[in-house]
Amino acid sequence: MTNSFFRTGLLALLLAFGVQALAIDTEAAFDDPVLQQRYETINRELRCLVCQNQTIADSNATLAQDLRREVREMIAAGKTDAEIREFMIDRYGDFVLYRPRLTAQNFLLWAAPALLLLIAAVVIVRVIRRRAQEADIEPDGPEAGQS
Amino acid sequence: MLKYILPLVVALLLGVFLFIGMYRDPRYVPSPLIGKPAPEFSLPSLQDASYPVSTKELLGQTWVLNVWGTWCGGCRQEHDTLLAIANQKVVPLVGLNWKDDNRAAQEWLRQLGNPYAAVAEDREGRTAIDWGVYGAPETFLIGPDGKVLYKHIAPMTMEDWNREFLPRIEAARTAAGSKS
Repeated sequence: MTNSFFRTGLLALLLAFGVQALAIDTEAAFDDPVLQQRYETINRELRCLVCQNQTIADSNATLAQDLRREVREMIAAGKTDAEIREFMIDRYGDFVLYRPRLTAQNFLLWAAPALLLLIAAVVIVRVIRRRAQEADIEPDGPEAGQS
Repeated sequence: MLKYILPLVVALLLGVFLFIGMYRDPRYVPSPLIGKPAPEFSLPSLQDASYPVSTKELLGQTWVLNVWGTWCGGCRQEHDTLLAIANQKVVPLVGLNWKDDNRAAQEWLRQLGNPYAAVAEDREGRTAIDWGVYGAPETFLIGPDGKVLYKHIAPMTMEDWNREFLPRIEAARTAAGSKS
C-alpha cells in the first residue's frame, strides 16, 4: 500500500522534472557532450527578446532559432563563452543576459542589499542606544527594576 | 518630527518610481547601437540578386533602414506612412526584407507601392541579428558618418517621423555641413 503510494509519488516527481529536461531542439547540436553542455548552458542564459520571459533555449520563435544557430556556429568556430556573450550584448544590450553583469549604471542596484543592511544596522544601533539612555534617565519607569 | 516625515518621503519616492515604471513599455529595448558605427552589410537586392545593396555606398549621406517582412502585420500598418515619407524625398529609405519569401515580398511592393530606394534581402536573418533587430517593423536612422543616430521600434506614424526623425536629420546635416 505505502509502497505503491511511494512509487506513484516518485513517478510524478520524475515526470515533473522530466519536462524541464526537454530541449526545444529536436536533435543535439553537437556530438561532443562537452560542447553540447556549453551550448545548452549559454542558451539558458540568453533572453529571447520576442517572448521576453523565455530564454532562447525555451523559445521556438524564429529569432530564438536564429540566435541558437549563431551560438552553435560560434561554439563550432572555437569562440569562448565570454566572446559569445559579448556578441549578444553588442547587438541586444545587457537586457539579453538573464544573469546581469555588474556595470557602472546598475552598480547601485547590486550594492542595494548591502547598503540597506548597513542603514538598518545604523538605525537599530541608534534606537538601542537611545532606549538605553532613556532607561538610565528615568529610574522611575516601568523597566527600571529589570536592567 | 523627522521620524514621521522620512518614511513618508521614502514611500512617496518609491511610489513615483513605480508609477513611472507602470507606463514604460517593457517590449521597448533600447538599442546599444545608438552612437556607434552601423553594422555593415552587402546583400543581394530583392528585385535583382546580381545587384548588391551595400552600406558602403550609403556612407556620406543620411539614410533610413526599415526592417520589414510580408509576414509582419505592423509593416502593413506603416506602409502608407513609409510611402508618404518617401514622397518627401528628404532621405533615401533602404528596406531590409527580413526572413521573407522573395516572390511574396516583390508582390507586396508591386501591389502596395514601393517606398524604398533599395531593398536588401536578408534571407537567413543574419544582418538583422547584427543590427539587434528583434521585432519588425524597426526603423533606424544612420548619419553621414555611418553612425546609428536613432532607432524606432513600432509601426512608423507621421507623428513619430516628424518628432523623432526630421529634427535628427536636420541636425546631422548641419553638423556634416559645418565640418566641410
